[in-house]
Amino acid sequence: MPATASTREVTIEINGLRRTGTVEARRLLVHFLREDLGLTGTHVGCDTSQCGACTVEIDGVAVKSCTVLAVMADGASITTIEGLTDGSGELSRVQKAFHDHHALQCGFCTPGMVMSVRNLLRENPNPSEREIRHGLAGNICRCTGYHNIVRAVESLASEGSVA
Amino acid sequence: MTISQGTRHVGQPLKRREDLKLLAGRGRYVDDLKLPGMLYMAILRSPHAHAKIDSIDLSLARAAPGVRLALSGSALEDRIGPIVPNWIIPGSKVPVRRVVATDRVRFVGESVALVVAESLAEAYDAIGLIEVEYDVLPAVTEEQDAVRGDAPQLHENVPGNITTFYKVKGGDYEKANREADQVVKLRVVNNRLIPTCMETRAIVAAPEPDGTLTVYIGSQVPHMHRRWIAETVRIPEHQLRVVAPDIGGGFGAKMHLYPEDLLCPYLARELNAPVKWWETRSESHQSTSHGRAHTEDLEIAFNNDGRILGLKVSTLGNVGAYLSNMATGGPTVNTVNFGTGTYKIENYEALSRVVVTNTVPVDAYRGYGRPEGAYIAERAIDAVARHLNLDQVEVRRRNFIQASDFPYRPYGSTGVMYDSGDYQALLDKALEAFDYEGRRGECEALRGNGIYRGIGVAAYTHMCGMAPSRRLAPGGFDRGGWESARVSIDSSGRATIYSGSMSQGQGHATSLAQIAADVLQIPLEDIEIVQGDTRQVQAGHGTFNSRSMAVGGSSVHVSSHRVITKAKTIAAGMLEVDEKDVSYSAGAFTVPGTDIAPLTFSKVARMAYVGHKLPDGVAPGLDETVFYDPTGMGAPSGVHMAYVEVDPETGIVDILDYVAVDDVGTLINPRLAAGQIHGGVVQGIAQALFEEVSYDSESGQLLTGSLLDYAVPRAEHVPNIRSSFQQTPSPTNPIGVKGIGESGSIAAPPCMVHAVLDALSPFGIKHLDMPLTPPRIWAAIRSVREGDAR
Repeated sequence: MPATASTREVTIEINGLRRTGTVEARRLLVHFLREDLGLTGTHVGCDTSQCGACTVEIDGVAVKSCTVLAVMADGASITTIEGLTDGSGELSRVQKAFHDHHALQCGFCTPGMVMSVRNLLRENPNPSEREIRHGLAGNICRCTGYHNIVRAVESLASEGSVA
Repeated sequence: MTISQGTRHVGQPLKRREDLKLLAGRGRYVDDLKLPGMLYMAILRSPHAHAKIDSIDLSLARAAPGVRLALSGSALEDRIGPIVPNWIIPGSKVPVRRVVATDRVRFVGESVALVVAESLAEAYDAIGLIEVEYDVLPAVTEEQDAVRGDAPQLHENVPGNITTFYKVKGGDYEKANREADQVVKLRVVNNRLIPTCMETRAIVAAPEPDGTLTVYIGSQVPHMHRRWIAETVRIPEHQLRVVAPDIGGGFGAKMHLYPEDLLCPYLARELNAPVKWWETRSESHQSTSHGRAHTEDLEIAFNNDGRILGLKVSTLGNVGAYLSNMATGGPTVNTVNFGTGTYKIENYEALSRVVVTNTVPVDAYRGYGRPEGAYIAERAIDAVARHLNLDQVEVRRRNFIQASDFPYRPYGSTGVMYDSGDYQALLDKALEAFDYEGRRGECEALRGNGIYRGIGVAAYTHMCGMAPSRRLAPGGFDRGGWESARVSIDSSGRATIYSGSMSQGQGHATSLAQIAADVLQIPLEDIEIVQGDTRQVQAGHGTFNSRSMAVGGSSVHVSSHRVITKAKTIAAGMLEVDEKDVSYSAGAFTVPGTDIAPLTFSKVARMAYVGHKLPDGVAPGLDETVFYDPTGMGAPSGVHMAYVEVDPETGIVDILDYVAVDDVGTLINPRLAAGQIHGGVVQGIAQALFEEVSYDSESGQLLTGSLLDYAVPRAEHVPNIRSSFQQTPSPTNPIGVKGIGESGSIAAPPCMVHAVLDALSPFGIKHLDMPLTPPRIWAAIRSVREGDAR
C-alpha cells in the first residue's frame, strides 16, 4: 500500500528482524502483526482490552497490542510469542512450565498469558500465589480455571531469569 | 484373545502432545487463515429488541469503497432455507427463523443486512452506511413476564410464547404432599450466562477449483455442521468439506447452526471467492447463544427426620427469540429429568415450559440442563436442612441413592438410569479432605467475633454421551448417539486414527492415543490422531455432553481391537500355527509354550500391505472402522465442598477452599481430568458469584454487551481447586469411562450458594439467587439489619 494522507510508513523490530510496512493510521498493532506480518500467534479475544490474548512485549514490557496503534510502535522493538522459540524451536522456560503443569487447554489465551507471566516474573522474580493471581488480572483464561497456570508460575518463582 | 498388559498408557498423567504448537504460537484457529482473494463479511444487527422493519436502504453501502455486495434478508429468503432446530421435543411449535430477518426483528443483535467487502475495515465502514427504518414494538425479556396474558407475542404460531410443554411424573406427588410432615416452597433462578469461549466464532468458506466448497469453522460438531449447511444452503453434502482447525474453546456454544455458518458458504459460491466472517466480542454477546436462563418453582414434601418424600417442579426455560439448535431439549429432558439428583425421591412431578422472549437465543452451555437439574435437587435438599435446622451433610446421607441401588432409575423413570456410583463414599472422601468437623467448629467459633464463614456442600450426578441411537428418536433428537473411529495402520506398523470426536482444548490427541496405545501396544509417538476434517474423518457426531471419552474413546478402543484381531490372523499364517495358539504381548505375536520367535506388529503390518502371505479369505490391509453405538449412558457423580468468608460490610465473598471429589469412572489421563474439573468448577463459581446477562426489561437492550460489563472471573477472583477422584467403572462401555467435562460447572453453583447461605445463616437468610454479587449480599444483610432495628 503506498503511503497516503491516512497512511504511514512504520519500521519496527519484531522478534529481532527489522520489518517495514505502510499502515493505515487507524490500524491497531495487533492487526498489523496478524494481518500484515502473518504473526498469528498473537490473538484477538475481545474489543475492550479486557482479555489480554493480544499481549506482546514492546521494548521489554508486556502491552496489550489492541491498545496500541501500529504507528505508535514505529521504532520500537517487539517480541511476540513466535519470538520465544525462534531458531532452535526449543520452548522457553515459561512455555515449558506451562507444558509441564498442564496450564493450557484450548491454547487461545496462552500466548498472551505467557507474555504476561514473563512480565510478572521480570517485575517480581519470586511472587507469592496472591501476587501471581493479581499479576495475571489482565488476562482471561476460560478453560483452566487458572489453577494450573498459577502452578506453572509458582514453579518458576525464585528461579530468577525469565528467558 | 488374550492381550497382555504391556506398557499401560490409560491412567497415566501424561503431558499433552498438542501443547507444543499452541505454546509456540503455531496453533491455527479459523481467524488465522488468510486465503488469496479473500473477502470479508460484516453483519448489520438490530438495535431493537422487537420491531417491524419498514425499509432498508443499501444504496450508500453498495457504493462504498471495496464493497462487493450488500444484501438484506429479502434477497436471501428464497436462497437459504430457514434455520431448523436439531432437537425438537414432540409437540413443540417451531417458529420460522430466517437466516437474515425480513420483516421483523426479535432481539437486539438479530441479523438485518450484510456487506461483503475486500477488507474487513471496508466491510465495517459500509454497514455503517446502511439505513434501516424500524417501527419499534413492545418487547419482553424475562420468562416470567413472557407467559403473562398481556405479554407481547413473538411468533404467530407460538401462542402465549410457549413452544413446548414437557411433563415428567413418577410415583404420586400429591399423596406424598398429603402425608409429609412439612412442605416448603422455593423459587430459584438459574441466571443467564454467556459461554465466553476465548476464541469468538469465525468462518471461512472457500470455493475449490473442482467445484466443491470448503468451510473452515470452529465447530464442536464438524459432520453435523456439514449436514446442516448442506441441507440449508442446498449444497450436495458430499461436495461440502467442513474443516475444524484448532478451536479456542467451545463449551457448547460452538455446536449450533448460526446464520453466519450459512451466509459464508452461500456468498462464497455467489461471489466465487473465499468469504471470511469473524465475530467481535461485543457482537458475540448478542449473536452467539447464551446459556441457562431458567426460573424454577419447587415444592418439597418432607418428614421431620429430613427424608424427602416428594418433589414438584415447575420450570420456565427462557430460550430467547427463536429455537436454537437444541433449545427445546435443554429446559425439558436435560433439566427436569434430573431434578431429583443424587437423592431417592420416589414421588416426583415436573412441568417444564419452553418460553420465547426478545433476547439472544439460549442453548447448550457446559452441562446444558444438568446444572439446572442439579440446582433443583441441591437447593431442595439444602432448603430441607435449613428448614429443619439439620446438618447439611446428614440430610444428604439420609436421602442418597445407595451404592447397592445401582443401576438405579430415579422415580421409576424410563428415560433416566444411573448406571453406577457410590455417593456415600464420595461424601466421606470429601469430608475428610475438607476437614468438615474442624471447620464446622471454626465457623461457629468465629461467628462470635463477627466473622462470617460458611461451608457449602453439593452432590451431583447426570448422564453422558446421549445414546443409544435408537432411543434418541422418540425425544425428537435428530441425530445418532454413536461415534466412529478408523484405526489405519500403515505398512510400517504405525497408526493414524480418524476420530469423529472433536477437541476444543480437551486434549484428545493425547487421551485417544493413550486408549489406542494400550490395545495396539505400540508407542504413543507412533499414533497420530486426526479430527475435524470431514474429508478425512469418515463420520462423526463431535464433542458435547461429555461424550468424547465414553463414546469416542470406546470407538477407538473397539476399532483398535479389531485391528489386533486381524493382525493376529495374519500373524498365525506367517508363523504357520493355529490362530488360537497365538498371543499378543508387548507389541509382538508369540506362541506361548514354543520356541517360535516373536513376530513384531510392524512385520505383520508390512505383510498386510504387501499381501504376499495372507491366510485364505483374508483381504490385504490393516485398517478398521467402527461406528460404535453404546448400549447406555455412563453417570458421573461427585461431591464438592466450599469454604467461604463473607464480609458483612461489603458483601464480598472470599473463597478460602474448594474440594472436588468426582467419580468419572476409569480415568484415561488424571492430569487432563483434573484440568477439566478445575475449569468447570471455575465456570460454576462464575455463575454462582459473578456472571449474569442483564437486559433492560423495558427496551430489551442488552446491558452486558461486552467484557467490560460481563464479569468473567480473573485469576485473583477464584481459589485453588483441590480435585481428587473415585473410580467406579461404568458398565455401559468397554473402557469404563463416564464423562467429565461438565462435572465442575454442575456441582459448583449449588456448592457456592450453599456456602454463602451457610455463612449468612446467623442473619436468617435462607435463600438468595445467583449471582451472589457483593451488592446482592450486602442488600440482603442490610434488609435483615434494618428489619431488626425496627
